[in-house]
Amino acid sequence: MQERIALTGNEAMALALKQINPDVVAAYPITPATEIVQLFSSYAANGMVKTEFVAVESEHSALSAVLGASAAGARALTATSSQGLAYMFEVLYIAASYRLPLVMPVVNRALSGPINIHGDHSDSMGVRDAGWIQIYAEDTQEAYDNLIQAVRIAEDPAVQLPVMVCIDGFIISHALENLEIMADEKVQEFVGPFTPRRPSLLDLDHPVTVGPLALFDYYMEIKRGQAEAMRKAKPVIKEVGQEYGRWSGRKYSFLEPYQLAEAEIAVVVLSSTAGTTRVVVDELRQQGIRAGLLKPRVYRPFPQQEIKAALGHLKAIAVLDRADSFDGFGGPLYKDIRAALYEVPDRPRIINYIFGLGGRDVGLDDIRSVYDDLAQVAAGEAPEFSIRYLGVREEAL
Amino acid sequence: MRLVFDRPQSLADVQTHYCPGCTHGIIHRLIAEAIDELDVADRTIGVAPVGCAVLAYNYFNLDFQEAAHGRAPAVATGIKRALPDRVVFTYQGDGDLASIGTAEIIHAANRGEAITVVYVNNTVYGMTGGQMAPTTLPGQKTTTSPYGRDTDLAGYPIRVAEMLSTLVAPQYIARVAVNSAPNIQKAKRAIKKAFEIQVNDNGFALVEVLSTCPTNWGLTPEKSLRWLEENMIPYYPLGDFKVPKEVE
Ligand SMILES: Cc1ncc(C[n+]2csc(CCOP(=O)(O)OP(=O)(O)O)c2C)c(N)n1
Ligand code: SF4
Ligand SMILES: [Mg+2]
Repeated sequence: MQERIALTGNEAMALALKQINPDVVAAYPITPATEIVQLFSSYAANGMVKTEFVAVESEHSALSAVLGASAAGARALTATSSQGLAYMFEVLYIAASYRLPLVMPVVNRALSGPINIHGDHSDSMGVRDAGWIQIYAEDTQEAYDNLIQAVRIAEDPAVQLPVMVCIDGFIISHALENLEIMADEKVQEFVGPFTPRRPSLLDLDHPVTVGPLALFDYYMEIKRGQAEAMRKAKPVIKEVGQEYGRWSGRKYSFLEPYQLAEAEIAVVVLSSTAGTTRVVVDELRQQGIRAGLLKPRVYRPFPQQEIKAALGHLKAIAVLDRADSFDGFGGPLYKDIRAALYEVPDRPRIINYIFGLGGRDVGLDDIRSVYDDLAQVAAGEAPEFSIRYLGVREEAL
Repeated sequence: MRLVFDRPQSLADVQTHYCPGCTHGIIHRLIAEAIDELDVADRTIGVAPVGCAVLAYNYFNLDFQEAAHGRAPAVATGIKRALPDRVVFTYQGDGDLASIGTAEIIHAANRGEAITVVYVNNTVYGMTGGQMAPTTLPGQKTTTSPYGRDTDLAGYPIRVAEMLSTLVAPQYIARVAVNSAPNIQKAKRAIKKAFEIQVNDNGFALVEVLSTCPTNWGLTPEKSLRWLEENMIPYYPLGDFKVPKEVE
């Protein structure tokens, strides 16, 4: 039933999009996400999908167009990176508040300035509180699997929230890897037909206005509703991950631990860097060092309880952030993980590294140095510190 | 012996990253010549776009500022208002100016900002791999219009020079091409005039330059020049669309 082929991250996402066969796709090109919609536009031109493809003039318009299509009762998608995501900022919040189940691949790329095309997480981290579900993929297989699951999560009647499916720019988007893909019909069966949760534009029997003014009278209830939907998304994400597992043999949840249960020290990191870290964990285990790894897959909603349960027993943790908060305190993932561990009575020591900004390479030696520091912090030989930068020429500042 | 042809002072003596046969380089040279001839290099500031000319600041011996994609006319507005005695120009592609930056160019022109805009129309988003732009010709094949631009779905190419010439404030708007020696001469005169308008009359000037993209058109440099002449010029006629009152 499954076929094993080699695809880049972008090709895998484009294939998933083709199999999802949405009603409307609107997009504006941007490196490194361009290829996803470019490939998709050829599927549309060749009649391989039933999709209405619109080459709009900007990302602001791309997201506005899919928002309109979704409100009109269509399954609608776009994809972007970096500046494109930043340019969507206004509409991101609107889409979440309208409770529109949009799905959007985000190929993570550094934000300007300085202008840069390579991978880091500053783009999606910058909109982590826009009300979108955020799922991060480590490789092409996860990119493909996450995108298909995202449709089900977004469209679940209890959720009805937009979902970003993030992959590392170039490192995954342009890297060729083997993955297992499903037949078109199986994907169609899994995602099911699109049924708008509420009356959509234009249903004369159920007239609606999407996005009317709400001031101090109702604004807060609408925001509270978004928060509630995010809370309800958690069991849905879990169920969809399990069902996808039964269906494909690849089960998904919020977190992916590696050698964590027996570990004393661990790294927490999103996306492709988890692969590099796993190699170092194996090395350290060979040396008898009790090292582990936690790769969060879902960042919004934030899996606080699961993180507490996964990390609470450790002596020391290093959180690796591929984005900075520029607040002198630490990266976004670090602060969330640190807050999640607040309730643990004998909480682990926790340190933070900012790494890989603008595509700065992070290699095995960098990760080894993190575990070296961690071992010292765990032994009480080094202080717990909040923020350190990996692979930076401090002398060049 | 008399030296009759040399590299303009304002053009940096470096290799560019442009593809072989791409006419971005010719346009750079014409700008540098105009700036040299007007002797304003020491007070000229360029605003670079996002597009294939994103590295334009490396190719001129001038101060430059990089703008976000499409925002160059707004950035130039700010520079010019802060430093009114400087000569400020933007260099923008058709994606930058006629797609994502449509609002900025219309409003900078409409306010009559005293800036010079060099608008390089090569009918595609060159930098991102040759996707269909608002300027792509009907039927033209691109990476997002594999069977040619379908005007039912994507509309018709935007004629920026004509569109902006309906505004009252702009002083000079012209379209030129860099496909042949005579046309390059005319392009040079138009670009120089667009700088003169800023320097002498404190007005807004825009020159649309029809340019080639051999790489994404899938043509040799020579065939690209012919393609421009045979396909672009009939749709995008050359000439002045708006000239200052006194010379009308
Ligand atoms: C907000 C935003 N969206 C998309 C991009 C990606 N992008 C970079 S250049 C470009 C198109 C450039 O085309 P054009 O202006 O015609 O210049 P050319 O490369 O053809 O000279 C695009 C879409 C970006 N940098 N920022
Ligand atoms: S891609 Fe096209 S516009 Fe860009 S440098 Fe190459 S030929 Fe010129
Ligand atoms: Mg162009």
